[in-house]
Order: sequence, then structure tokens, then C-alpha cells
Amino acid sequence: MIDVPTLLANGIAALAGPSAIFFALLAIGLNIHFGYTGLLNFGQIGFALVGGYGMGIAVRYFGLPLWSGVLVGILAGVALALLLGIPTLRLRADYLAIVTIAAAEILRLITRSTSMTNFSGGTQGLTGYGGSFRQLSPFDDGRFYEFFGVRFLGQDLWSICLGWTVVGLSLILVFLLVRSPWGRVLKAIREDEDAVKALGKNVFVYKMQALVLGGVFGAVGGIVFALTTQSLTPDFYSPPQTFFAYTALIVGGAGRVFGPVIGSMIFWFVLSITDTFLRQATAGRNPLISFIDSQDVGAIRFVLVGVALALLMMFRPQGIVGKRSEVLLDAR
Amino acid sequence: MRDEDPRAVAATDPAMVPGEVAAQPGARKPDPVLVIDSITRSFGGLRAVDVAHLEFQRGWITGLIGPNGAGKTTLFNLLTGFDRPNTGHWTFDGMPLSRLAPHQVARRGVVRTFQLTKALAKLTVLDNMRLAAPKQTGERLFGALLSTWGQQERANTHQAMELLTRFQLDTRADDLAGSLSGGQRKLLEMARALMMDPRVVMLDEPMAGVNPALTESLLQHVKALRDDGLTVVFVEHDMDVIRHISDWVVVMAQGRVIAEGRPEVLSSNKAVVDAYLGAHHDQALEFDAEGNPVGQTAVLVAEIESELEAAIEHGQDLSA
Repeated sequence: MIDVPTLLANGIAALAGPSAIFFALLAIGLNIHFGYTGLLNFGQIGFALVGGYGMGIAVRYFGLPLWSGVLVGILAGVALALLLGIPTLRLRADYLAIVTIAAAEILRLITRSTSMTNFSGGTQGLTGYGGSFRQLSPFDDGRFYEFFGVRFLGQDLWSICLGWTVVGLSLILVFLLVRSPWGRVLKAIREDEDAVKALGKNVFVYKMQALVLGGVFGAVGGIVFALTTQSLTPDFYSPPQTFFAYTALIVGGAGRVFGPVIGSMIFWFVLSITDTFLRQATAGRNPLISFIDSQDVGAIRFVLVGVALALLMMFRPQGIVGKRSEVLLDAR
Repeated sequence: MRDEDPRAVAATDPAMVPGEVAAQPGARKPDPVLVIDSITRSFGGLRAVDVAHLEFQRGWITGLIGPNGAGKTTLFNLLTGFDRPNTGHWTFDGMPLSRLAPHQVARRGVVRTFQLTKALAKLTVLDNMRLAAPKQTGERLFGALLSTWGQQERANTHQAMELLTRFQLDTRADDLAGSLSGGQRKLLEMARALMMDPRVVMLDEPMAGVNPALTESLLQHVKALRDDGLTVVFVEHDMDVIRHISDWVVVMAQGRVIAEGRPEVLSSNKAVVDAYLGAHHDQALEFDAEGNPVGQTAVLVAEIESELEAAIEHGQDLSA
């Protein structure tokens, strides 16, 4: 009744797919914020929004070429980080959390408002900005490409290639930064801000740099995902997305270079196989699990993911690749 | 001309000077490194710090003592930029130091430690030390990516290991700072402060919470700082600790400097003893057969009780 090869094939497709890439990039940014610097940014999805929409609006509304649209998206991420950081980074850590989650919601609501329809597309969304990216694709859009039994649609494959390249470059950048004295200052700020001030470091500047850098990773994630989907819809950028990215980060291991990427891959792998499993187990005349309606599967898989996360926090709080002695989230 | 300047004489032989300075609050020192004027800091209605004039002599170990709540740590926080005063200004070597942010104070050579040690627990002991090295190109975002900071890092590592050896922490260099004992953390904080090549070291209760076996070694390290030519100011509320190593002692109570002087003189100073033990410490206590106070003792008990009540009504914390 359970088709294990399909289960695995779906899982692997999800693990390598656009969503895993998107959340990996969001989580790489959150890793700089939270994992290394101890900044609580609960509005990472807002950075993805300004990245994606910055590019989309620059191309559609202002008629700029795509490459400069990408630049606009990145600069929008920088601007958002500065805007949020200047008033809040001198305050206690929780203020940043409140301000970022509010800002992300404000951005979503503005983007979807009727008055913005001409500019952002409103609730109808925004399309037609990424045609020149599609045209560069060496793959046949409509064709399926198969690797070891896992099938990818041609149009996805091109953005997957771009996405993992961007993830790889991001990881190299993060690796170079966190092993440098600059990264050491960030980790020290995470441990005790006052001690770092007493050692002559301008903590505000470092926190701002970290916020901008992590925000740019979020914006780049938004850009890559917008190029993949070829359409932008405001309600995709809702608060739970930030927390999925946090889940990925914590599952993988916060404060480790590869943590966010491994976490994101595992998150989407688990989400996909629980989905496929539950659908198979609840389908048909004589289902394996009779007490769950197949319509509830979408919600139940998130319940299972929540349970898995709680178990992980209890038994491996440092995440998959974390070091126990350096665990950031000490629940005890 | 310079030879006649008493400062020049003092600087060459600081150990001779303490006896020549008047033992009174706000006394002028021959060569002060920190000079404080009319500094006040209030929390609500409470004047935590109210010091009219205070000088710290270069090259001395100055102990800052006083009972709990005397304003010692608040004064430290003000001087190092961690708190803002209501009024007042102060200078370091003639340069104004008031209104500077903590990191600016530290960069100018006035480095502090904390009462509750701030060893960066999830960094290694060596990284704690290297972090403190000033002017690192690799600490700038673009410097970290585009410059070769390796050579500077090696020099800093070398200096860090020398200091760790001096403080007997070299064998723990690669351990996380969180694994050190309380006393070792105090040593690490002191060693880390030295990485910044400071001129003035301000130690906030360096002996607090330290295993008595380590206290002597810590005191020797504090003395060694002075022998290296540094000025040391340290907060302590235990008189005995301070007596052994201080060249000069400043006594604070209720935010004010109530006495200054050589440590051996101060323990017989009436204002100091009163501040520590209360004004009635030498009065014989009398009780009746049931254990109730009588005579002068009854008056005293009534006074203490009304003071306590007043304190509670004003919302003060009695445990402080």
C-alpha cells in the first residue's frame, strides 16, 4: 500500500528543489543574525519580499533590465535592514524581534493593498519580470529530466542550478567571514555585548553589518525564488515562513556554516515524505490509516513536523551539525 | 622648570608619595591620571553617586571600598561610559572622557572588568584573548574578506599566549572559556584587559566569588599590573583584601566619598567605621529578663525599626 520508491523520490526532489533553496537562503541569513550575532529577526520573510518585489517592480514598472532589477532587490534588502536596525539595535534584543515581525507584515499588507495594484500587482500578484532569465535556460522547459530516478521539470531545473550556485557562493562567503576576526566579534556579541564594548569594539556597527548581511541573504533568497516561480504573490510572504526558516536553521544547527542548508534540506525532505506517506496511507477504499481524512493531510504533516522539532530540541538541541558544547539554545 | 614640577618627581617614584597626600575626601594627587568633578547620578529619588571631586594617582593601586549600595559600581559604570551621569565631567590624562561610549573609553586606554565575570563562554580562552587585541584589520567587514589578516593574527596569538602563560591559563588556551572556574575567569578577564595595552585598569570586585586559594595569586597579579607601570583602580567591599595591596584607599558610602587615605590609617577612621558598622556599634546593649531591650537599647531598637519602616514605605530594597 505504501510505495516506498515514490516516497523517496518525492523526498529527494523536495530536498533539492526550489523551496529547499529558498529556505536555505533565508536560514543562511538568519544564521548570521541569530546563529552568530544573537539578533532575533522574526521578519526574514520581509527581506525576501523586498528582494523579490524590488526586482519585479524594477523590471515591470520601471522597465529596467533584469540584472539591474536584481541589484535593486539586493539594495532594497540593505535599505530595509538599515531602516529596522537604526532605531532598534541600540535597544534590547527583543525589540528587534517585535519590530521585524511587524515590519514584515506591514510590507505584505502594503504590497497586497488595492491602491498598489498598478505598482505591485496587489492581490493579483506580479508576473512577467523574469522572461530574460527563462530565455537563458539551457534546458527544455516542458521536458522532464531524470537523475537516479528523481525527475525534475526542465523549467525548474534551470532555477535549481542557479539556486544551488547562489547557496554555494553564500556558504563560501559565510565561511570566510565567520572564521575571520570579524566573525569572532559577532560571536562575542552573541555571548555578551557589554564585554565586547569594554574591549573597545563598536557593537552597534557590528550588529548593523550583521543585520544588513543577513538581510541581503534573505533578499537574494526572495530574488531566486521569484525567478523560479516567475510570479510574485503578497500572501506567500506571511509570518510563518520566517519560522519555517528558523526551524530549518535550528534543525541543521545554528552557528554552523552548513547548518541552515542541511536543515532546510531535511525540513523539506521530511515534509515531503510525511505528505506523500499520509496521502498514500489515507487514500483508497481500505486505507492504512482510517482515522485521518485525506483532506487533513496538509495540516497534519505540519503537526508532525512540530513534534519532530520538539523531540529534536529535547534530544539534540545543537541541531544535526552543531556541537553540544556550543549549543545556542539551552532549554535547561 | 620641569624638575621642579612635583608631578615629575611623583611619576619617578610613586611608592614614596602616599604619605605626602592629605588624607581627606577629594585630596589633590601629585600626578592624577583620572580627575573627576561634580559627578552625580540619580535613580529616581536615590542619589547613587554624588562625588564633588576625586583624583586617581598614576601608577598607584587605588582601592575603592564601601558597604553594599555605596555607589562604587555605579561610579565605575559612569567612568567607563556604561552609564550616563546627570551632571559632571572627568578627564583621563587631561583628555575629556565624559560623554564617550564604552568602546571609545576602552580604546583610549581605560579598560574595565566586571563584577560578574564576562568571560565569553562559547569562545575559546585563546579567542577571548585575541578578540581584545586592538586595531585588527580582519575585524572590519571588508578587511576580513579582502586583506591578509593572518600575520596580525599570528602576532596577536603570540602575545595572547604570553599573557596566558603569565596568568597560568596557557594549558587551557583551546578550551571554551565557559569551562573555566570562577577564579580562572577572573584571571582571564584580567589577562584579556591587558591584551588592549591599557593605561588604567579598572577591576570591579576582582576577588568576588573566588576560591580563597586563588585570592593570593589574584592579588599578586594585581600588584604585578602596578609594577608594569599601570594604574589600577579596583572596587572591593572587603577591607582586609584591600589593605594588603592598595597604595591608596577611597571610601564611599551612600554615593559620596567619605574618606581617603593610606589603607593602614583608614581602618581607624571614625567615618569609615560608622559607614560599615553603623553609628551605634560601640554602645553596650541592655536587655531585661525576657530578652526585651531596655534603656538606651530600647531607644535604639525603636530608631532602627522606624528607619526600616520608612525605607519600606519609600520602596527601597532592604537587601541592598
